[in-house]
Amino acid sequence: MKRDTVGKRLLSLTVNERTQQHAVADNALLLDVLRETLGLTGTKQGCDGGECGACTVLVDSQPQLACITLAASCEGRHIETIEHLSTHGRMSRLQQAFHEKLGTQCGFCTPGMIMAAEALLRRQSNPSEAQIREALAGNLCRCTGYVKIIESVQSAAGAGR
Amino acid sequence: MSTAHRTDPGDAALRGEPAPPRHTGAVGQRTPLIDGIEKVTGRARYTADLPFGQALVGRILRSPVAHGLIRGIDAAAARAMPGVRAVITGEDFAAPYGVIPIAQNEWPLARDRVRYRGEPVVAVAAIDEATAEAALRAIVLDIEPLPAYFSAAEARAEGALPLHEKKVGNIERQVEQDFGDVDAGFVAADLVLERHTAYAEVAHGQIELNAAVAAYEPEWERLTTHSVTQVPYYLHLTLAQVLGMDASRIRVVKPFVGGGFGHRVEPLNFEMITAALARAAGGTVRTQLTREEGFLTHRGRPATDIRLKIGMKRTGEITAVDCEVVQRGGAYGGYGLVTILYAGALLHALYRLGAVRYRGFRVYANLPPCGAMRGHGAVDVRHAFESLLDEMAGELGLDPFALRRANLIGAPYRTLNDLQVNSYGIPACLAWAEKASGWKERRGKLPRGHGLGMACSHYVSGSAKPVHWSGEPHAVINLKLDFDGSITILTGASDIGQGSSTLLTQVVAEVLMLPMARIRVIATDSALTPKDNGSYSSRVSFMVGNAALRAAEELKRVLVTAASVRLQVTPEEIEWEGERCAVVGTDKSADFAQVVEAALADSGTLTVKGVWSTPPETQGGKFRGAAVGSTAGFSYAAQVVEVSVDEDTGAVKVEHVWAAHDCGFAINPLAVEGQVQGAVWMGMGQALSEETQYHEGLAIRPNMLDYRIPTIAESPPIDVHLVESLDPLGPFGAKEASEGALHGFPPALTNAICDAVGIRLGELPATPDRLLEAIHLRRREQRQQARRAAVASAAPAPALAAPASALDARASGQSMSAAASSEAAHVASGGRPVAPGGAR
Repeated sequence: MKRDTVGKRLLSLTVNERTQQHAVADNALLLDVLRETLGLTGTKQGCDGGECGACTVLVDSQPQLACITLAASCEGRHIETIEHLSTHGRMSRLQQAFHEKLGTQCGFCTPGMIMAAEALLRRQSNPSEAQIREALAGNLCRCTGYVKIIESVQSAAGAGR
Repeated sequence: MSTAHRTDPGDAALRGEPAPPRHTGAVGQRTPLIDGIEKVTGRARYTADLPFGQALVGRILRSPVAHGLIRGIDAAAARAMPGVRAVITGEDFAAPYGVIPIAQNEWPLARDRVRYRGEPVVAVAAIDEATAEAALRAIVLDIEPLPAYFSAAEARAEGALPLHEKKVGNIERQVEQDFGDVDAGFVAADLVLERHTAYAEVAHGQIELNAAVAAYEPEWERLTTHSVTQVPYYLHLTLAQVLGMDASRIRVVKPFVGGGFGHRVEPLNFEMITAALARAAGGTVRTQLTREEGFLTHRGRPATDIRLKIGMKRTGEITAVDCEVVQRGGAYGGYGLVTILYAGALLHALYRLGAVRYRGFRVYANLPPCGAMRGHGAVDVRHAFESLLDEMAGELGLDPFALRRANLIGAPYRTLNDLQVNSYGIPACLAWAEKASGWKERRGKLPRGHGLGMACSHYVSGSAKPVHWSGEPHAVINLKLDFDGSITILTGASDIGQGSSTLLTQVVAEVLMLPMARIRVIATDSALTPKDNGSYSSRVSFMVGNAALRAAEELKRVLVTAASVRLQVTPEEIEWEGERCAVVGTDKSADFAQVVEAALADSGTLTVKGVWSTPPETQGGKFRGAAVGSTAGFSYAAQVVEVSVDEDTGAVKVEHVWAAHDCGFAINPLAVEGQVQGAVWMGMGQALSEETQYHEGLAIRPNMLDYRIPTIAESPPIDVHLVESLDPLGPFGAKEASEGALHGFPPALTNAICDAVGIRLGELPATPDRLLEAIHLRRREQRQQARRAAVASAAPAPALAAPASALDARASGQSMSAAASSEAAHVASGGRPVAPGGAR
């Protein structure tokens, strides 16, 4: 693929409630735009495309893998990254729970894991363990064995909104 | 979904020494990680996240050939491309490398010869990715293929071309160790069984992709490297060596690291390549490898063949062990000779053994190099051992727990191979696992297809002899106290998610009786922090924790002295309470700020040091290879695994795990639980689904879909129980917690599978295809047996009719010998206990 032959266009992207225009290649991936253009490095890359879930962000509250999403496909939609969850100096209940319950060890899968869990809690405020497992099945963690991740999500759900 | 428990064993016999004095402050508390908030908010910066502006992009061209002579590298066109700033080959390095000083046979970029598909050959730095990739495409490699070997057997075969000079038969290291009279031990045994098992190669699978950023300042001839390493000090040494640079011109920084598990416990080629590119380009180069390249960098657990023979008394007492291990180590040395020594050394120190013979062969092959992976060297051997114990328990009609109890040691204890055991919590681990799992009530009574299995395991708390024997202390901590009253822990210890920085903060806070908020950690920057050997062999809690303890005690001594001067009394009269101190029996006191002021008045900014080294008696014996396995403290674990097996698909589901771990003392019980759960679970991946695979040396599963790490959907509840045996040498009695529980999972799982369906696979992982094949094989054998029985019944009947299958044997309460075996499976007795004393 020769990048210099790919067209660019001015894309209006709404990321974490902030709408900005960026000159973005037609084939640019959302992950690269978030990390490289916007400097939002909280979203991680852990694989060669769609394997690990570390890059999970929310697009209109739906979990989506930024590494296999074209930035151009997100125009007019609201993108949320991990940086959006803690505003006004307060962590979200999921962030608080992942921290206190040790749902994070090395932390590399954590942003994606929390975003996938956030999407779950938005549509199901009190999920069953089976629902948690289903919702996070696309997010690999190599540290925790997932036990404390499940406890973290349950704790956050129990804390209510 | 999971519960966690924690008790002192309460049994003085489990402890080597009386408990050291313990405060009731920071240690022993469930403590969230001090860097946890950065991780959950996305603020944590990993190597790939570091803001270095418009750095050059580094890319690596890899060998398409598994074994060959490099006839030529034509990079003229690449060098001439606009935007290409550096093109380097093996000729640009000053020396080869290898983490073990006596086994350095690897070049960062291959020189003269390539030895595996995917070996780095040429690297480029360019202004952007597209240019770098175009440059790689413009490079022409002329490689003359040589015969290549993809199994240990092929590589060892007569006439095979050695991958490395002087390595006839491609044996990197051969180990022969004999302790006690093995032959007499087998003669004295009532039961002797021998089994072969083949273990697949597995990989670490840390989620963070490999990355490095190197900045070279030509004016100063200085290099700064940020990398994903677990061993910044080894990387520092290695960069100096391969680049031919003075080590003082190099700075190595480890930022947040997204997991390691051993992948990053040796300096890796991409780190050296990035540094060399930066020097060649005279600037800053950023390299991020793909996931596929991560699998090619590898350093995982080798494919291993194990032949194990154990002799045992009727009582279960182990009289002799004879073990042969063959590891397919891949193309280069790496940690290989340590791995093959660990496999033999850690046969010991878990049970009392009558005599042990070990033969180990570390073999080169034309595949990505293996290395150290969590549980280094001992995981496959522990599986073989615990599986055979389970099988022999069945033969003897002993309960698997009773069999382990028949072979317990008591601390302090010196093993046959001169390892020192100072604390031993196995009895308490066994007691909890047996009770929590309902073993006595449930084993043998579960419905068909459901089973329980158990196993024990152990691991070192750091290697007692460092890789680089410089004579220096094993661990150094500096504490800085300044005018603002803050204390900074300066440490080279690499926190890679296990929580070592948190642990060090707890230890210092505990000793000084200060809130953790007063204490900061600056870690792993060679320009600021003392040297540390790195995060491997579970050494950090034990060794660096001990150094932190001593540094804090020294700072406390300085502060108490200062307080005594200020309050005009003797130091002995000062009662230290942290934020405040008082003169005993008076109302005179000083707050922390006043004490700091007094302490700094004479000396200015204070820096104190704490060091720690392993005592000589823990450093192993005098025989060749004795250093490996030696440690100041062994952790111990016992676990029970419950499975269900679908006999129509061969799929195994892990229903529940009960894991007890003797961590000596849980400085941070929250983190210890997390480590134990993670270790058990990583053992599950290896036991059930993970394996690398190659076709003619080509990695064919180099991604996270085909390399099957368990997802949350198939991961079981893991109950953890912490046993605190209070090790006499560990800080506050603490020992390792992140590896020892891994070893026990694979055998507990396969023992449970055997309990469920009566099949013992001769291979790991126990994938559905392997298990289904074994189930089908058994059905065919059962049909053949039935036909033979029908023919025989027409003739005069034999004295005793053999049960139709192992399962039937279980159902009828008989024990049967493990007579039926095949390449794929041993159809074994289910290990069902008979009435106590029934076999005696």
